[in-house]
Amino acid sequence: MNVEMLSRIQFAFTAAFHYLYPPLSIGLGIVLVMMEGTWLRTRNPIYHNMARFWTKIFGLIFGLGVATGIVLEFEFGTNWATYSRFVGDIFGSALAAEGIFAFFLESGFLAILLFGWDKVGPKLHFFATCMVALGAHFSAVWIIVANSWQQTPAGSHLEIGGHPVPLGHAFEAADLGRARMVIDDFWGVVFNPSSMDRLSHTLVAAWLAGAFLVISVAAFYLIRRRHVAFAATSLKFGLVLALAASLLSLVTGHSSAGGVAKNQPSKLAAMEGIWQTEGQAPLHPFGWVDMLHGHTAGPKIPAGLSLLVAGRSDHVITGLNDIPPDLRPPVQATFQCFHLMVAIGFSLIALSLWGAWLWWRGKLDDTGYCLTRWFLLLAVPSVLLPQIANQAGWFTAEIGRQPWIVWGYLRTSDGLSVVVKAHQVLTSLIGFGLIYLLLFVLFLFLLNRKIQHGPEPLEESHDLPDNWLKQQRA
Amino acid sequence: MDYNLLWFVLVGVLFAGYAMLDGFDLGVGSLMLGVKDDNERRMLYNAIGPVWDGNEVWLVTGGGALFAAFPPVYATVFSGFYLAFMLLLFALIFRAVAIEFRSKEPWLWWRRWWDRGFFAGSTTAALLIGVAMGNIVWGIPLDASGEFAGTFLSLLHPYALLMGATTVALFMMHGAIYLHMKTEGPLQARVREWINPLIIAFIVCYALTTLATLLYVPRMTHVLREQPALFAVVVLLVLAIANLPREIHRGRDGAAFLSSCATMLLLMALFGLGMFPHMVYSVPDPAHSLTAYNAASTEKTLKIMTLIAAIGVPIVLTYTTTVYYIFRGKVKIGKDSY
Repeated sequence: MNVEMLSRIQFAFTAAFHYLYPPLSIGLGIVLVMMEGTWLRTRNPIYHNMARFWTKIFGLIFGLGVATGIVLEFEFGTNWATYSRFVGDIFGSALAAEGIFAFFLESGFLAILLFGWDKVGPKLHFFATCMVALGAHFSAVWIIVANSWQQTPAGSHLEIGGHPVPLGHAFEAADLGRARMVIDDFWGVVFNPSSMDRLSHTLVAAWLAGAFLVISVAAFYLIRRRHVAFAATSLKFGLVLALAASLLSLVTGHSSAGGVAKNQPSKLAAMEGIWQTEGQAPLHPFGWVDMLHGHTAGPKIPAGLSLLVAGRSDHVITGLNDIPPDLRPPVQATFQCFHLMVAIGFSLIALSLWGAWLWWRGKLDDTGYCLTRWFLLLAVPSVLLPQIANQAGWFTAEIGRQPWIVWGYLRTSDGLSVVVKAHQVLTSLIGFGLIYLLLFVLFLFLLNRKIQHGPEPLEESHDLPDNWLKQQRA
Repeated sequence: MDYNLLWFVLVGVLFAGYAMLDGFDLGVGSLMLGVKDDNERRMLYNAIGPVWDGNEVWLVTGGGALFAAFPPVYATVFSGFYLAFMLLLFALIFRAVAIEFRSKEPWLWWRRWWDRGFFAGSTTAALLIGVAMGNIVWGIPLDASGEFAGTFLSLLHPYALLMGATTVALFMMHGAIYLHMKTEGPLQARVREWINPLIIAFIVCYALTTLATLLYVPRMTHVLREQPALFAVVVLLVLAIANLPREIHRGRDGAAFLSSCATMLLLMALFGLGMFPHMVYSVPDPAHSLTAYNAASTEKTLKIMTLIAAIGVPIVLTYTTTVYYIFRGKVKIGKDSY
């Protein structure tokens, strides 16, 4: 295999593995704020117990996120040196801002969240929890701004050898070493056409990951009739977030797709498997792309896509046939990843509504009730669904961006490190493969042990930290 | 002061902050196998427990700042040192996970293996950071387009390895001084015994490195010859090192640790003074070198970054100090500990 393919595989693999953890931190961060906030308001020990238990899970997840995240920061330079020189003027500032505004905030207050129960009072501890959750969200902001700028560059222009180049200038391969993107307007970069849509969609998807982790573990306890009060209450916290996030993901997803239709027509055509440029463009709920004959097999909703994109059925959608073959992304992968994500999105809405309905009927922890039993049985594996959808969503976004690494300006194949050889990337890729496999097995093992161990018995959780009790008495 | 100089300094400050902070927890890692008792090892882990991952953020932010302010330097160094950086990443991943996982299970074999992993990861990281610094001082071959023209093995020359050993010794000394501040009783007495030999080891390594620098890399000293006032940095550095055994002897742990931090900062200052304006010095053809001027982002980006730093850095320093203040004093093992 060549350097390009190996570097792409390595980046995809390390980024995808890393991305198992930050969404959980973001989502679980919100849950922790909800739980500890409720405890502060009610002083009911059950909420304190919940916050303690979920904080431990949070700590484990966060640790893996940190360990795997540092790789990505350096991988731009190691494997994509030409890209780094090309975009440094813009992309680098976003990464630096992420470090200053997000990572320091997260890691500083994480110390108080994990180890500060005995060191600070309850209000300050709650503040630290809020700051960790905020930091987790900030970390998503900057990297998504940077990634969105790659998708829809704005607030910048191309220059070759220090001279600005007019828009649409043919970009010679010989110019590669001397070309770079230059910033014109910082806010133009931050609020590029896709950043806010993609940020909001990514964040609510991350909430789903956290919410369904809580729902899954709580459902498992309820089925086994363990820690029933703890589980039933945790389940409600998870459901509130899941319901809000699953509905919001529909809204933000629709808006993101609208942006793709406007700014990246070739990506939209691949996502939806549209070959003919036409009004009345159909929507495929699922299907299979026949690459050989250039058509998409499967059921169709006539004019569905035109309606979704523009609200009217005669809206013309550009088809793949009108996009030069060397500017098309891999269609099958983009189509399938996108449809997988959407299908999971809808099933999460259904699950959340089902849970909410049971709660409304007062049957949520009534395992004798058949609809509750089925809900709980489905809820246990449901933790996987947002994870799969998140991965599929990113694969759609990044595969659909091909052949560009910076949309319209630089091709992925031109962004590589010229000095790095295939055998070096193969070596590091095998290294990452082995280490991440070990980490993943150990992570699951430890997570499972923590879940099997469960929360502390309620009587013990009455043992608030000494100085908290003093404050309460005072 | 122009923005290029400012960012040369600021990137240096971030990496100096990293050396000063993560330096002690890497050093603690290298010392980990020096104690055998499980409870004592837990004391070592918990001495750095609440702060190690914040310390590592300095590296991440330093890398980000380098990317933003000097993209060609970031690109050339990271792609040129490919395998070395991959090894560094594996080492950093391993130690992060080791500290996270090791005390989660009570089994002896489990803990022993993670302790070894933590030791190996920490020591390898310190060594590689030193070797990378050694290569930057020594100079590396660059071609006309500023790409690295050497090989992985060409990075492992004696000067770089000497710098690697110096860095390991420095971090171990720094870590031991930190531990002396955080521990008490018999464990502290044990740590106390390590400190003097480690100071001596560091001084020996540092003297050799300095001698080698004077002999083989004299350009690093040009600035001191041209601006003799800067020799004050050397004087302060020697005084900071000499102050270490004195403060330890008087039992002033905090002052000893600050003195050790000052040592690190002054070493970085000397490094920066010797390098400026070069960021990657090219041998044998210095014309291909990357400098703070020919390898910088646009002034507009540097200005934006300055604004970001002006807002962000004071906030970061405030809560970093707060966290260190909250977790001040001797380590105690509680139910939330590692």
